[in-house]
Amino acid sequence: MTRVGLVPRLRRSWPSILVFTALIGIWYFISYVLLAEKERFLMRPPHEVAQKLLDPAVAGAIAEALWSSAVVALTGLLIAIVIGMVWAIAMSQARWIERSLFPYAVVLQCIPILALVPLIGFWFGYDFPARVIVCVMIALFPVVSNTLFGLQSVDRGQRELFQLQGATRWIVLSKLELPTALPAIFAGMRISAGLSVVGAIVGDFFFRRGSPGLGSLISNYQSRVQGAELFAAIIVASLFGVAIFILFGWLGKRVVGSWYDFNS
Amino acid sequence: MSIAPPVPIQTTTRTLLEFSNLAMTFPDGTIALSGVDLTVRAGEFVTVVGPSGCGKSTLLRIASGLEKASEGTVDIATQRIGYVFQDATLLPWRDVQANVELLAELQWDTKRVRSQKARAAIDLVGLAGFEKHLPKQLSGGMKMRASLARSLTLEPELFLFDEPFGALDEITRERLNDELLSLFAAQQFAGLFITHSVSEAVYLSTRVIVMSGRPGHIVDEFEVPFGMPRDPDIRFTAEFASLVGDVSHALREGHRL
Repeated sequence: MTRVGLVPRLRRSWPSILVFTALIGIWYFISYVLLAEKERFLMRPPHEVAQKLLDPAVAGAIAEALWSSAVVALTGLLIAIVIGMVWAIAMSQARWIERSLFPYAVVLQCIPILALVPLIGFWFGYDFPARVIVCVMIALFPVVSNTLFGLQSVDRGQRELFQLQGATRWIVLSKLELPTALPAIFAGMRISAGLSVVGAIVGDFFFRRGSPGLGSLISNYQSRVQGAELFAAIIVASLFGVAIFILFGWLGKRVVGSWYDFNS
Repeated sequence: MSIAPPVPIQTTTRTLLEFSNLAMTFPDGTIALSGVDLTVRAGEFVTVVGPSGCGKSTLLRIASGLEKASEGTVDIATQRIGYVFQDATLLPWRDVQANVELLAELQWDTKRVRSQKARAAIDLVGLAGFEKHLPKQLSGGMKMRASLARSLTLEPELFLFDEPFGALDEITRERLNDELLSLFAAQQFAGLFITHSVSEAVYLSTRVIVMSGRPGHIVDEFEVPFGMPRDPDIRFTAEFASLVGDVSHALREGHRL
């Protein structure tokens, strides 16, 4: 891995910086030109949002909510990764297992989880476990499908190489299939990581019990018409999603980057 | 039909591989092989040439046990069989050393034994100094060398080669042919080599088998009169050219049938 210096990095990222500046410009334009004075609460100008982010009271509330949501998201993600990988490995072991279980992975993916959230609350209460379950359900599919795809993408020659030595299933899985699948698994985990943040916020948004997370906070700010605070919370939630995405990209690169061109 | 008189090279009589009346029909009804009799003895390097799709690779897959023949018998007198695939089939996450150790590892050799075996094999194929390189840092020829080294760790008595150099450029291919010959001379394995290059077949082997397709069967057989070790320059002699011509001719005749 080569370290990229600051100057070339800036040179490479100037288009995105330009877009960022333009977005801020549009934001100001909407706040000050399109919205009249008394409508401005709909879209507070960027510097007011920034001020809120620096205000200890608001920042403290957001940080606390972020922590609570992060714990939910990461717990859910971890469980989704474990269940998803076990599920996919089971399916890779026999055609009949795949045929009996894969349709349900697809069904899980197609269910509008939002429709299930009230039911989950109904069954599991409105606290931590229920929120984690929402996360797991949202984050599960990419891990399952990517792991399965990765396990099945083993080159035929490599498989026969192991077969010729009479390698057991377990040896083939641990020394050939899982390493081959790692890049796909990490790509799946990265998608799931983003989704688990969505899950944590959605669950919290609905349940609004237990220690309040970003969902409850956003919902509160919305009902109290605190435009600037609402924006601040949304921005933090988005940054958290981006951060967890980058984290898994980095992790993937650390693990398989030496032999696989893992784009982050 | 064969013109070359059989020249005994090292006529040890031990038979390592014997196919008799072998036939192979795939589930879709394709007849890949029919009535194939073929024997490989210790000290022999037998090459099978034939057009693509004539079932010559199936022959190797049956010999190695990857496929089961639908008819006929397969007798194999050794457990120590090396198999070199068309592709190098290296594991991309393992460096050369770890790749070459793989088969010994699958045989449950201890770390020390397999690392010794791998080091010796890496030396034999001329990859010393590249132990820590990952496959993606190697050229096609070097990957093939690593693949050869990996099989050499099994100390095979019978070595099966499935068009291993088919994807390499001419120069690399000739170099690897030379090295394979010196390995053959030094390691005393018997070889069964599949190729579609007639000159490669003649240069490498003690016997050339010509196959024809649909269904795959043996149409001719040639003893190669050149001794071992072979001087690379025999490729430019009239004798060599004439034998290549004969084999090519047989190949074309068989193909026409």
